[in-house]
Amino acid sequence: MAAMFSQNPLMNGPNYSVNDAPRIGAPEGAREHRFDPYTDNGGSTLAIAGADFAIMAGDTRLTSGYSINSRFHPKLFKIGGTTADQKDATIVLSVVGFAADGEALKERLDAICKMYRYRHGKPMSVKACAQRLSTILYGKRFFPYYAYAILAGLDEEGKGAVYSYDPVGSYEREQCRAGGAAASLIMPFLDNQVNFKNQYIPNSGEGHALVERERRPLTRREVEILVKDAFDGAVERHIEVGDGLQMMIITKSGIEEVLLPLKKD
Amino acid sequence: MDHRPQAWGRPRDDVYGPYDASYLHNNQPKTATQSPIVTGTSVIAIKFKDGVVMAADNLASYGSLARFTDVKRLRPFLSTSVVGFGGDVSDMQFLDRHLNELAIDEAYEAEGCSAGGLGSSAQEPDASPGASKGQLNAANLHKYLTKLMYRRRNSFDPLWNQILVAGFDSASAPFLASVDLRGTAFTSPSLATGYGAMLAQPIMRKYAATEEDAAKLTRDDAVRVVRECMKVLFYRDARSLDRFSLAVVTRDGVDISEDEVLEQQSWAFAERIRGYGTQTV
Repeated sequence: MAAMFSQNPLMNGPNYSVNDAPRIGAPEGAREHRFDPYTDNGGSTLAIAGADFAIMAGDTRLTSGYSINSRFHPKLFKIGGTTADQKDATIVLSVVGFAADGEALKERLDAICKMYRYRHGKPMSVKACAQRLSTILYGKRFFPYYAYAILAGLDEEGKGAVYSYDPVGSYEREQCRAGGAAASLIMPFLDNQVNFKNQYIPNSGEGHALVERERRPLTRREVEILVKDAFDGAVERHIEVGDGLQMMIITKSGIEEVLLPLKKD
Repeated sequence: MDHRPQAWGRPRDDVYGPYDASYLHNNQPKTATQSPIVTGTSVIAIKFKDGVVMAADNLASYGSLARFTDVKRLRPFLSTSVVGFGGDVSDMQFLDRHLNELAIDEAYEAEGCSAGGLGSSAQEPDASPGASKGQLNAANLHKYLTKLMYRRRNSFDPLWNQILVAGFDSASAPFLASVDLRGTAFTSPSLATGYGAMLAQPIMRKYAATEEDAAKLTRDDAVRVVRECMKVLFYRDARSLDRFSLAVVTRDGVDISEDEVLEQQSWAFAERIRGYGTQTV
C-alpha cells in the first residue's frame, strides 16, 4: 500500500529523463527567430607598403543585405594620437566586416595606444601596436570581433609596414593585403602588380627556365594609381563596394588623407 | 470519507508513474526579447538646411494585426533632439523611460552648473532651453544609444529596435544618425528604417543625395518630401497607418505633431493591380 502513494521514481516505472520531457512553449524547431549577433556590412580595404611610405585604402559604402545604409562611412582610422582629432597619429587601422565590432575594436585599440603614450611618454611603435591588436582579437576568441583588420605605419627603420589579421588574431607582416568583400577580387591583382607574380622576362627560356621579372619597390605615385585601379575594378564586380575611396598615405612627415569618388551604383 | 486525491480521480502512481513536476519548470536561462512581438514599422528622416525632419506612423502591430493605432514613436529629448523608434514597442518604452531618466539627470546637472557650483565664477546668461551649456546634444545621445545597444547585443539580450536620432552636433550642424539592435551605427543625409529603407530612401535621396544637397533644402521642401514618403509607405507597406507623427528639429527647438493625417490619397492605381483577390483575369 505504501508503494501506491510513493513519490519515489525508482519504484514506479519509467520516468522522463530531462531531455525527453516536453518543453513548455513552442514545439521543437518552431522557434521563429533567434538573435544573430553578427551581420556583414560589406566594403573592402587594401594596404600596400612602400620603401618609405605605406598606403591604406578603403571604400566608404556601408551595406546591409541589398540596401546601402550609408554612402560615407569611413573604414580607416588614425590610431594613438594625443587627442581625439588624431593630428599627431602615426598608425592607421582599417576594419571591414561587421561595422559595430569594427568600431568597438578601433576604440579599444585607440584607448590602449593612448594609455601607452601617457604611461611611457612616447608613441607606440607599429610592431608593438600590431602585437597588441593580435592580443585584443584573440582575447575575444570565443565571441570574436567579426572584423578583418589591417594595420599600417612605418617601422623602426622608416620602411612601410603592413600587418594583416584574421578575426581571431592571427597576423603577419606583409608587403600588401586586401581585405573584406572584394578581397578575393583585389588580392590576385595585387600579387601580380605589387609582387610581380607570374611576370617573366620575355624569351628568357622555356618552362622552369623562365626568368622572373625582378622585384622592385613601387613609387608612391604608382601605388596610388594601383589602389584606384584596384577599387575601380572591385566596384564593377562587387555590389557591396562603391561610393567613395578613402586613402591614407603614411610618411615620416605624417598622414595624408585623400578622398576620391567611386561609382555610386 | 477518503480524503486522499487518489481516491478522487488522481492518476495512481503505481499505474501511471509519479507526476513529473519538471513539466512545470522551465529550466532554461532567463531570456528577454529574443524576437519582437508588438512592432512599429518604418521611421524616416531627412536633413535640411537648418535642421532635420523625421516621421513615423502611429501604429503598433501585433504580427499582421493593427493592434494599437495611437502609439507615439517619435520622442523628444531635452527639447533639442528627437529619437524615432522602429521595431519592438516594449523595448521602445524601456528605452524611453531610460532616456527620460537621463534627461532628468542632465537637467539637474545643468542646473548645478548654472548655479555657479563647480568653479564657474562668471554668471551665465540663461541661453535657449537645453541648448549648449555642455548638455547632451544629438551626437552625444546617439553615441550613448550606440554603446547601450552594442552592450546589450554583447550580452545576447538585445533591444529589438532600429533607432534614428535627429538634432545637432557639437559644431551646431544638423545631425542625423541611426543605430540598430546590433549596435551598428551610421549617418547619412537621409535615413529610413525597415520598409522605409527600400521605399522611402530612394525618394529622399533624389532630394538629398549628399550633405551639400541637404544643406540647400528648405524646411517646407523637406516636410513635403517626408509627407510624400509617408504616403508611399502607406500605399505599399501592409503594416502601416495613415496617421503619423511628424517632428521638425531646428535650432529653436523641437516641433512634434502627433496627429498628422495623410491627405489626398489616390487609390486609383489599385484597380489596375491584377493577380490578387477575386478577379479571374
